[in-house]
Amino acid sequence: MADTVDARGLSCPQPVLMTLDAIKAAQSDEILVIVDNEASKENVCRAATNKGWTVADTNEEAGECKITIKKG
Amino acid sequence: MKGLKNIFAGGWGIIAVGVVIGILAPLLQKWGNPGNMGVCVACFERDIAGAVGLHRAGVVQYIRPEIIGFVFGSLGAALIFKEYRPRLGSAPIVRFMLGAFAMIGALVFLGCPWRAALRLAAGDGNAILGLLGLAVGVWIGTLFLKGGYNLGRTQPTHHTAGLMLPLFMAGLLALLFIFPAVSGEAKNGVLFYSLKGPGAMHAPLLVSLGVGLLIGFLAQRSRFCTMGAIRDFVLFRQMHLLSGFIALIITAFIVNFMVGQFHPGFAGQPVAHTMHVWNFAGMILSGLAFCLAGGCPGRQLFLAGEGDGDAAVFVMGMIVGAGFSHNFGLASSPKGVGPYGIEAVVIGLLVCLFIGFTMRKRIA
Repeated sequence: MADTVDARGLSCPQPVLMTLDAIKAAQSDEILVIVDNEASKENVCRAATNKGWTVADTNEEAGECKITIKKG
Repeated sequence: MKGLKNIFAGGWGIIAVGVVIGILAPLLQKWGNPGNMGVCVACFERDIAGAVGLHRAGVVQYIRPEIIGFVFGSLGAALIFKEYRPRLGSAPIVRFMLGAFAMIGALVFLGCPWRAALRLAAGDGNAILGLLGLAVGVWIGTLFLKGGYNLGRTQPTHHTAGLMLPLFMAGLLALLFIFPAVSGEAKNGVLFYSLKGPGAMHAPLLVSLGVGLLIGFLAQRSRFCTMGAIRDFVLFRQMHLLSGFIALIITAFIVNFMVGQFHPGFAGQPVAHTMHVWNFAGMILSGLAFCLAGGCPGRQLFLAGEGDGDAAVFVMGMIVGAGFSHNFGLASSPKGVGPYGIEAVVIGLLVCLFIGFTMRKRIA
């Protein structure tokens, strides 16, 4: 089961801070981040990549974006 | 359009946007805007407050079309790229207060982060103190962010709610056309105009509006933010937004040099004073307030354009703050700080610290 970060309704820098916290505390190699605006999506992807994680999948529907990031 | 990769959100995109603003802002000065005030969001919102009579400082009254353009440029970009998303409900009254005190701090320094950059790029040494203050204010804000400070989640809302600030801006533009500036008249209809001082200096209306629209469009796409530039570097050591801000300063410096607007020094700079401590402290207040509110004054206009009602409340807070600033004698002038400017900075910092320390509930 992947860790989940629910950053809906939050704007930068909160989604990034929450994602970085989750990366630090990660139990698994996969984290699901849910955001609801483009800027947050870009920022979360950029921050994860900077931490050496890869963006495995982004799935947009109904105004929300589910970002799956994976270690390494 | 949605599938199109957002080129402006990339590393070169944000730099390109900084370069474009760095070219246009000094040119606006050449075309008539006040010295080192090509685009100053705080100054221009203050001028709007004056034009509608929220304060009666005679030298700073004009409905600045750049501000209107910022909002509509962003709205247009958000609509075209399907990013218009009406939302609000993240502590709006707190954002209003942060907006008001951000303005009060900016008017002690005499400029927002945008103008601090433009002042530096024109050789105004006092801007160094302002930018240092800005960095310190943002740094204090990041300590709160690390400690769990947040203003809570927004909620999706009606389209109408997201359109309130764009409609307000449309109303201002309509007033500007209905009651245009009349040479030698300090008032036309409901609008006040300046006969001298910075408020009397402006580029042609359609030029200002066009530049505002272009910058609003580009800034919405790139998420350009002068406060975020410093914040992201302090928090994450991330250079992304900062590279855009630095590109703006370097480009504006080159353009100023080319058109003869570069005059290095501290004394006698346009619309500036040399009280270093208060240039520094005013921008600490401003930087902290912007950081707690999640965006520089420009970014707040762009966010409001894409439907963020909380950012719209921040903008209204800045406009009302400008009214208080001039009515209460808080704003500086080229002679130095206003009679109550120092007290206002202290009170503003206390208010920001109170907000920062007490709004630290972890997000559910």
